[in-house]
Amino acid sequence: MLQPPTLPTDYTVKQGHIKTSTGKTIRTEEMIINMGPQHPSTHGVLRLEIVVDGEIIVDCIPHIGYLHRCFEKHCEHMTNYQQVIPYADRMDYCSAMTSEWAFALAAERMLKIEVPERVEYIRVIMAELQRIASHLIAAGTYGIDSGAFTPFLYTFIDREKILDLFEMTCGARLLYNYIWIGGLSHDLPPKFIEQAQEFVKYFRPRIKMLNDLLSYNEIFVKRTANVGVLPKDVAVNYAVSGPQLRGSGVNWDLRRDDPYSVYHKLEWEPQVGKGEMGTVGDCWDRHIVRMREMEQSLNIIEQALAGLPEGNVKAAIPKRIRPEKDAEIYVRTESSRGELGYYIVSDGTASPFRVKARGPAFVNLSVLPEIVKGAMIADLVLIAGSIDIVLGEVDR
Amino acid sequence: MEFIQTLLANELIVAVLLSLLPLVFIIIYALVVLYTEMKVAAHIQDRVAYMRTGWHGLLQPIADMLKLLQKEDIIPDKADKFLFRLAPIIAFVGTYAAYAVLPFSSIFIGSDINLGAFFLIAIGSLVVVGILMAGWASNNKWSLFGGVRAAAQMISYEIPTALAVVIVVMITGTLNLQEVTIFQDGGIGNWIVFGGPLPWLQKLMLMPFTIITLFILFVSSIAEVNRTPFDLVEAESELVQGFNTEYSGMRFAMFYLSEYANLFTVSALGVALFLGGWSSPFGSFMSGPVWGIFWFVAKAYVFVLIQIWIRWTLPRLRVDQLVYVSWKVLTPWLFVCLLAVGLILVL
Repeated sequence: MLQPPTLPTDYTVKQGHIKTSTGKTIRTEEMIINMGPQHPSTHGVLRLEIVVDGEIIVDCIPHIGYLHRCFEKHCEHMTNYQQVIPYADRMDYCSAMTSEWAFALAAERMLKIEVPERVEYIRVIMAELQRIASHLIAAGTYGIDSGAFTPFLYTFIDREKILDLFEMTCGARLLYNYIWIGGLSHDLPPKFIEQAQEFVKYFRPRIKMLNDLLSYNEIFVKRTANVGVLPKDVAVNYAVSGPQLRGSGVNWDLRRDDPYSVYHKLEWEPQVGKGEMGTVGDCWDRHIVRMREMEQSLNIIEQALAGLPEGNVKAAIPKRIRPEKDAEIYVRTESSRGELGYYIVSDGTASPFRVKARGPAFVNLSVLPEIVKGAMIADLVLIAGSIDIVLGEVDR
Repeated sequence: MEFIQTLLANELIVAVLLSLLPLVFIIIYALVVLYTEMKVAAHIQDRVAYMRTGWHGLLQPIADMLKLLQKEDIIPDKADKFLFRLAPIIAFVGTYAAYAVLPFSSIFIGSDINLGAFFLIAIGSLVVVGILMAGWASNNKWSLFGGVRAAAQMISYEIPTALAVVIVVMITGTLNLQEVTIFQDGGIGNWIVFGGPLPWLQKLMLMPFTIITLFILFVSSIAEVNRTPFDLVEAESELVQGFNTEYSGMRFAMFYLSEYANLFTVSALGVALFLGGWSSPFGSFMSGPVWGIFWFVAKAYVFVLIQIWIRWTLPRLRVDQLVYVSWKVLTPWLFVCLLAVGLILVL
């Protein structure tokens, strides 16, 4: 029988005494609170065990695993590499396209498949649309965390338009199974390009509106600037990646620094936090990096739509996927949340011997206890929100 | 007819009937504001809100209330049951008693006492006791946080409210809200926010300070009713639901009702003190006891609408920032106003 985890883990609650003016002594004690798994702002089933002194956080211990679905074990029991892709979708459900792309890329490199250029371009378009959709959720829920409910619904209006584009392409709106090993499940529908261009044109002013409404709001700036500062060295030591790392001022983007697909042919700039409102690496920086990345993604989409070559999207899809015995590979990509890598080991059969996912949200979350100490409970909500975790990917 | 006459001859029954009138008003008004809030919020957010219960969802607030009435009454096992039951009642009583001194019209005021404004502020503090009690009795750490925050917040913001009242009292020379309103009667130019019915030079000099005072009173009134950007007491993203996390059914509805009723009280205070209360903005045009009720409620409703608008636009402050705003921004500014108004009146 399963034993419930004991509480507290390795922490002894400090006790103290206060003398009142009448000469009485009052015992004081730090309080342990469970934040989650059923808490509105832990973005899923994350449980944070926090030790607080009044409202100030003394210690924070994240407990994960409430959404564990044995992703890696499932992969070993698929009859086919292709069957892993729907599972990869369900890992990071807010950014499914980038998830499945990473796995497909790893499998392709293992099998040494060259995919047609059209496929690469379409994948880039899809991944960047997905990045915008994912960042929109991040920005919107961040608004809720800070108490502003309205931006959340605005971001969902825009995300809806992206999901419509996905729906017309592959029929699915959340979990696509669109990027296959060696190609795509469908070619683009006839009107996709015009509609995507329309979206790009529509979305640029919307980013500015969102920034005006939330990012540059005086209260929001006061709440997030200088809060949860993640210094450069700590970020690197914890292997933090993605917008969170760039928010700390490290100019590191795998799309540029370990190029895959056709990103090297397109012009765009990775965005870094500059500490405009406070310190480099504070919550505001992490938020604004996401907002600016959406603009860059629009640039990428625009160029990719313009340079989309003709071709067949299913040409390279292999009939039988059976890598060599003992072949192994690690491929890393820049997902919406950071470095998403798959380590695959093959034993020569049709199913992978071992799949290990290196999830960005999981790694990024590990830095949370480091940066919340001394913050207030209200700050903890904002710091956890700025990390932008997806529990499906943290717990797998 | 005779029966009604004998009924009205009995002072006790008349008193009960008169004191029940605000309750009817609160319930109807709460339903209207509930509906307005949902609709305004929806349109701010590019949605339509409820559309199916009645025409454009008009019956939805009633349905909501009926639903809450039917809910199972849950009291947590480890809660302090007596305090848990008492808390919503105290919170509601505090809100309800404040209606006694609101001058709805020149002939309708629950109790025309000389310390009206003072009574309003004092009795409003009872709500804090209720909320603190709820937070403590629930035996839930989040609720406790909510309760303690409520105490800190409401006490901080009583001071600006009280100081703003003092400024008006300096101008009008009375704490009786009815007399304050009569003082401002006779058109928009006589409202205290525009300097009151004083010589024009004094008016002109008073105006900037009265406008600042009204603004500060408005800000602190938002804080007193715990609405965004000061809704730390029930900050849902931090404290789950704050002090009413464990409440459900009718007890929750009572907190809810008292929150909306309070919303009106603080708006009405601002209206009575600064915007001429029940007096018509056009002098004698459209004025009279019945029009008075209309003007009073309408002006307060405008305040409520602004509060709704703010709620659905702004993020929330942090606890320390909230206290900072009260003590280091609003209170010093009010002292400046107090000094200036005093000097101008002496001149």
